[in-house]
Amino acid sequence: MDNEFTIDEQPVPFKPGQTILEAAKAAGIYIPHLCFQADFKRHGGCKMCTVLVNGRTQTACTHKAAVGQEVDVNTPELDAMRRSLVQMLFVEGNHFCPGCEKSGACQLQALGYEYEMMSPHFVELYPSRGVDASHPDVLIDFNRCILCELCVRASRDVDGKEVFAVAGRGLDAHLIINSPTGKLVDSAFAVTDRAAEVCPVGAILKKGVGFATAIGDRPYDRESISAEAESCEIPEVR
Amino acid sequence: MLNLETAAAPHRLRRVAIEPVSRVEGHGKVTILLDQENRVHQVRLHIVEFRGFEIFIEGRPYWEVPVAVQRLCGICPVSHLLAATKAMDGIAGFGPLTPTAEKLRRLLHYGQIVQSHALHFFYLASPDLLLGFEDDVARRNIVGVAAAFPELAKQGVLTRKFGQEVIRHIAGKRIHGTGIIPGGVNKALSVEDRDTMRAGVDQIVDWASEAVGLAARLHDTSPDFYTSFGEARANMMALVDARGAPDFYHGGLRARDADGGPIFDHVDTASYQGLLQEDVKPWTYMKFPHIRALGADKGWYRVGPLARMQVGDFLPTPLAEAERQKFLAVGGGKPLHGALMTHWARMVEMLHAAELARELLDDPDIVGTDLMADKGPRRPEAIGVIEAPRGTLFHHYRVGENDLVTYCNLIVSTTNNNQAMNESIRAVASQFLSGREVTEGLLNHIEVAIRAYDPCLSCATHALGEMPLEVSLVDADGALVSTLRKG
Repeated sequence: MDNEFTIDEQPVPFKPGQTILEAAKAAGIYIPHLCFQADFKRHGGCKMCTVLVNGRTQTACTHKAAVGQEVDVNTPELDAMRRSLVQMLFVEGNHFCPGCEKSGACQLQALGYEYEMMSPHFVELYPSRGVDASHPDVLIDFNRCILCELCVRASRDVDGKEVFAVAGRGLDAHLIINSPTGKLVDSAFAVTDRAAEVCPVGAILKKGVGFATAIGDRPYDRESISAEAESCEIPEVR
Repeated sequence: MLNLETAAAPHRLRRVAIEPVSRVEGHGKVTILLDQENRVHQVRLHIVEFRGFEIFIEGRPYWEVPVAVQRLCGICPVSHLLAATKAMDGIAGFGPLTPTAEKLRRLLHYGQIVQSHALHFFYLASPDLLLGFEDDVARRNIVGVAAAFPELAKQGVLTRKFGQEVIRHIAGKRIHGTGIIPGGVNKALSVEDRDTMRAGVDQIVDWASEAVGLAARLHDTSPDFYTSFGEARANMMALVDARGAPDFYHGGLRARDADGGPIFDHVDTASYQGLLQEDVKPWTYMKFPHIRALGADKGWYRVGPLARMQVGDFLPTPLAEAERQKFLAVGGGKPLHGALMTHWARMVEMLHAAELARELLDDPDIVGTDLMADKGPRRPEAIGVIEAPRGTLFHHYRVGENDLVTYCNLIVSTTNNNQAMNESIRAVASQFLSGREVTEGLLNHIEVAIRAYDPCLSCATHALGEMPLEVSLVDADGALVSTLRKG
């Protein structure tokens, strides 16, 4: 087969133009990610999908698959790096899973379990961040934002509203809201927006839902985050 | 009240500390000031950890609060989950619960009372009661009990496990589950899970009956000692239902004085702030509540098993009521105030909770699927009160129009018992320590009195920013050099 590369020495077909992550998903191979969503513009921000392509690190969500590539996904070194990334995301924000309604449905928490994060490891920064509860239907808890920019892209590219953006750099980077007051209630945001659905953590929440889903029925109670790839379709080129 | 809270000349006295108090939940210490003849001049139970949930819950969305606040505690988190959710039922505007939802909440609560009371009696208290207050400290623990009384220890462990499994079936986890949400519950109980619990509950009722018998026999070994040890004549308060029976989940507030006379009855819990007042003292993080109309000196009260068994008129389950009558007969018509009598009362309650659980497991509504109440207009303020294993628990919240909590006040069971615990340890210190050489075994007498209240010290520390703090600089001869005071 012409359009083929390898992931962990296993042959994987791809369609021309597909990224490594897309081809892997189509083949039912899990590569971890937080800022990727299939119908959004590629971002390469969270670095969780970092793989080795012919020995060099690349983000699988942005790097195009090519004939003959040798891609390493599951190595002890890459897994250790991913665990460190998750730990850094935890300590950069205020992620208190015990009281968070996204527990069991949170991708960051699920990756913590996936990569056997047993402690934060790094010094907790405990940033002073607030909550925007101004909107009648949606609450934003900035404490839990991991700056994946999924809401930014959803609002800009799908909803056509540009409600969200990231301002500042480095540790000062933070999510901002495009409205005269900076509050969500004064923006063009609506609970029916795609941006209300895409947050991988507990930062953008529909109000009043809380803990309506019982323990045992939450997505990651049933299967680990790495099991998501198993339901992918086999690509036509195969 | 014994006048042993503050010594007249503390700098001249020798200080003995029990730190930490062991086999209780949370961190506390006892300080005792003695003179040269070992006479006791001051005894205090201090709560030395600090939690502050009332403050950091402010600014959080109301639906998150019940799950967050139950992290106060690992022994009876269900109490906080239920009390907070009862308040949030009102905040969110929900009307009366569906029969299934209320029964599932009650079953959850009864499971919790079984597991918490079993934990306390078998794991925390029985080493003192079965092995002796002055037994070898290395043996005076649950492992020592298991070695000496293996069948009893097994029953204790399995009784607690049953209660934990009830919690798991309803809340999703044995500790810190999420099953209870504003307006109802988030999951129906499956017939399979119901049948599993039903198959086990008869055994638990039998074992609970045996545990009551054991508590009674322990008393009978030395009746005067049991009835007088750590005696603190206190007012008593509990929730009662419309018939006057103690109700663990819901009811009006009733208080009786130390002689059993009425103070108030069937008072709406929403008016608790008019009824009770909380004071702070500079030497502990735990507040001192009292009945406002009686004042601080005469208005302090006791909550929990010993109060509930004597405030209520009857228990609506037959086995427990029969045992309660035997318990009350010890007092010959007068209320019992000895700290050790709490263990007997606690086991009667464990039997009562097991019987109540059995009734619910036989009720077809328990596997119903109508789980959520109808929603009406929101309310800005609400109060949720339940009878936790250790006593009356108050959760009071105000929530803004944006759904964020603006005010939180918690009066937990152990806080309600603060003065009573202090009085009990002062009574024990006066009776057993004063004038004698202090030994580990004698100091354990103090801890035995504290343990009888089954205090949850971690739940009880909320006096953030309200405590008057005092720092004194004392020279080598004990003379006061300077003092700084805040509050």
